[in-house]
Amino acid sequence: MATIDLTACRMRDALRARNLSAVEAAGACLEAIDRLNPGIRAFLSTDAQGARRRAEEIDKRLDAGEDVGLLAGVPVAVKDNMCTDDGQPTSCASRILENWRAPYNAHVVERLLEEGAVIVGKTNMDEFAMGSSTENSGFEATRNPWDLDRVPGGSSGGSAAAVSARMVPMALGSDTGGSIRQPAALCGVVGLKPTYGRVSRYGLVAFASSLDQIGPFGRTVEDAALLLQATAGHDPRDSTSVPEADQPVPDYLAALDEPVAPLRIGVPKEFFGEGLDAEVEKIVRDALAVYAGLGAELVNIDLPHSTDYAIATYYIVATSEASSNLARYDGVHYGHRSSDHADMIDMYMRSREEGFGDEVKRRIMLGTYALSAGYYDAYYKKALQVRRLIRQDFDRAFEKVDCIMGPTSPTAAFRQGEKTDDPLTMYLSDVYTASCNLAAIAGVSIPCGFTEAGLPVGLQILSGVFTEERLLRIARMYERETDWPSRAPPVCGEAP
Amino acid sequence: MSGAEPIPTIGMEVHLHLATHTKMFCACAVEYDAPPNSRVCPVCLGMPGVLPVMNRKAVELAIRMALALNGTIPDFAKWDRKHYYYPDLPKNYQISEYDQPLGVGGYLDVPLDGETFRVGITRVHLEEDAGKLMHPEDGACSVVDLNRTGTPLLEVVSEPDIHSAEQARAYGETLRQLAVYLAVGDCNMQLGQMRFEPNISLQIGTDEKGRPRFTPISEIKNLNSFRSVERAVAFEIARHRQEYEDDPDGYTLERLGKSTRGWLDDREETFLQRSKEEANDYRYFPEPDLVPVVPDRKWVDTIRAGLPELPEHRRRRFIKEYGLPQYDAGVLTADREVADFYEEYVRSAANTDAKTAANWMMQDVMRILNERKVAIAEIRIGPGDVAEVSDMVVTGTINRSTGSDVFAKMLESGKSAAEIVEEENLAQTSDESELKAVVDRVIAENPGPAEDFRGGKERALGRLIGQAMRATGGKANPKVVREILVRKLRG
Repeated sequence: MATIDLTACRMRDALRARNLSAVEAAGACLEAIDRLNPGIRAFLSTDAQGARRRAEEIDKRLDAGEDVGLLAGVPVAVKDNMCTDDGQPTSCASRILENWRAPYNAHVVERLLEEGAVIVGKTNMDEFAMGSSTENSGFEATRNPWDLDRVPGGSSGGSAAAVSARMVPMALGSDTGGSIRQPAALCGVVGLKPTYGRVSRYGLVAFASSLDQIGPFGRTVEDAALLLQATAGHDPRDSTSVPEADQPVPDYLAALDEPVAPLRIGVPKEFFGEGLDAEVEKIVRDALAVYAGLGAELVNIDLPHSTDYAIATYYIVATSEASSNLARYDGVHYGHRSSDHADMIDMYMRSREEGFGDEVKRRIMLGTYALSAGYYDAYYKKALQVRRLIRQDFDRAFEKVDCIMGPTSPTAAFRQGEKTDDPLTMYLSDVYTASCNLAAIAGVSIPCGFTEAGLPVGLQILSGVFTEERLLRIARMYERETDWPSRAPPVCGEAP
Repeated sequence: MSGAEPIPTIGMEVHLHLATHTKMFCACAVEYDAPPNSRVCPVCLGMPGVLPVMNRKAVELAIRMALALNGTIPDFAKWDRKHYYYPDLPKNYQISEYDQPLGVGGYLDVPLDGETFRVGITRVHLEEDAGKLMHPEDGACSVVDLNRTGTPLLEVVSEPDIHSAEQARAYGETLRQLAVYLAVGDCNMQLGQMRFEPNISLQIGTDEKGRPRFTPISEIKNLNSFRSVERAVAFEIARHRQEYEDDPDGYTLERLGKSTRGWLDDREETFLQRSKEEANDYRYFPEPDLVPVVPDRKWVDTIRAGLPELPEHRRRRFIKEYGLPQYDAGVLTADREVADFYEEYVRSAANTDAKTAANWMMQDVMRILNERKVAIAEIRIGPGDVAEVSDMVVTGTINRSTGSDVFAKMLESGKSAAEIVEEENLAQTSDESELKAVVDRVIAENPGPAEDFRGGKERALGRLIGQAMRATGGKANPKVVREILVRKLRG
């Protein structure tokens, strides 16, 4: 088996057994990136030199018998909204941060380095994580490895595509309304959004602070569990990260293969309504049948506020917070400053006009409006009230069921350009995923089949706060019965 | 509308820097004389991806101040973002507390001209300060120093219970004294650690339903001295009177609302910065990067239990307990350490009464502090040492002026009063036979004044006593000298 076909966990085993060197692992990934990235454009930057240097160091330490950490020598990619002080830009795929280099590492980047990972590059995304197709990147659109004419989903489309095309075995993404799970579904990989507060947001460039959460991409559930293990835990620099005393980080890998039994699965009718592609529905229902075959009980439930209301609520909360978080990009202290300005106000306006893309501007305007005097109560405050109702929906549901399942996305990957002129249709890509962020619970998307056209379909599994360990075991139950992760996109087969 | 005399109605917002070592939301040092932009980090620079972490000490100090102002500490306070664009504010929003502050209600009793007036406190809340934007003379570009960015700032908002410029000043001074007393802030005015924003309006009688009517509210921004507070408020009161006289129907709160004004210190006048129409929309919303503050009741109780006796209470107690005049009590309680020193002094003195001790404090101890510009903790003698020397005067071992000299020498040498008196042979003499000889000589050498006194000029006696003191090198007991003189000249 070629090195790049190894999952992260098997690569780690080989590295520890010294059957594979970290330099070889990094080299294989960098070679795959050289070969595939020009067509897929998953990476905004790579750091071949830095990665090789670090791999050499890890090899030395492994040869010396040192414990190099959970990820010893495994290459990993990081979404470009996480700060790295390695000299690579942290651009958030925005022109306004095009040449900005972070003077510090994000908490998750520190954790990756502490656990011995080799960061090979930073992945493309929708600008400031705003979008569902990675077409809103300020630099270039990422392509879906299963069909280069289609989108990889978004906003973490670069990370999803990189893992799907086997350029790296795993990657980090961020999920504000579905930005890990939806591209995971569209690219046929596993993507997990942890409970809000499980992973520190320190060093994640904020889109919507109360919704953002960093999570792992892998080809298998086990790989996602491994990367979550490496990044979860309290960080005093993030006041919203949960103290270990309240929520210790469990061992996600120890009992991964143990099925959850009895298992009651909630199937909300709201996740199978209008707008759901028939082929996707059939594939998801087949997946549910696999669980039923394993002895799980399927329970019909209601989540009355969690689709239509969730999208409306999401787009008020997220844009309001974004309008505030993005206020700092003004050309004064760092980032793009317009070279042509009459005075200070003009400099602010031109720098932002030139630096931000259309979708970012749209959301800043929406959010600014929603927070304005006279509108706050009708929009933001009302949205917070609905957000509470959505949380209650899930609280009630989890009294009856262990998890909730449905499609991750209403359709498989759509064509490049298909929805770019229709933002509202684009927003509906998040219709099943946004409620999870509003409720601050955990969710994962796992591959559950392919359409006739050969496009992957994702099964979304949601579970209550801080139940990632059980959620991963539930996901693994299905994965053991099927063999989706062994399928590689055709583009990978073109290797020499 | 009634034609009653307009009543100035003034509320005040006061910002003060808290006495924390580090900033409100990061670990950078709060330092006022550091090179520009040297006390900064990604967090206070508002870099992409950073998150604030609350400084617990700042919250403790804010609660301390709120409790000392007789306010209540709600079970739940939250942070909000206040948005405005300015180059000294790197995030372009300020983290503040909008509708659920740390401290609610209370009052401050303010002494002024021998009386006190009470000012209601609306709220006490925490926020972060901005940096400093400067415009160098050459005008080529503006520069910003972000060392101050993120410094913990306490805002105390008063009710409109202030009715004159003098009261506005006294309120500011009393609030400053309280903050310093509580060690909540250093409140160094030169360093900009305290800033005042008075809101001024005149109550202009009542409407037909008996409700009070007001002139428009003007808020004066960023006053940084008591003098400017007093003058700016006086200026505004006069300006409001004039505007109202010129246009009694138009110059009203309901027509013109609230405006913001600046103060030109050199010209001693205010100028319009923003009218009602230009008011900012700060788009407040709850800060999602911080968890709400839920003060533990036990913690609040501990803070309350740790409050010192407050200056106004102490001032009144000094009048009552020590029988001090208003003035003395005010001077001795202005500084907490001075007041502590005084009380310890009174306790340890065997013979010096409280009023005499107060004189020693003001004439000797505090004079030295003022001359040397030092705090009382920085001088090398303690309350017991001052008690020793003043007791020696009271019991007649040395006279009063020798006492002051001994005190000065104690400060220099660190020796005890007894040692100095002994070594320098300063003990005063009350020995009648010795002093009679001195007196005889003085009368003989000063026939003029002696004759004057015999002729009924009482004042002449002072000169003769002075001569006798000089002749003994200050050691003579002036009381005994006086007795002998009177006996001899009248006898």
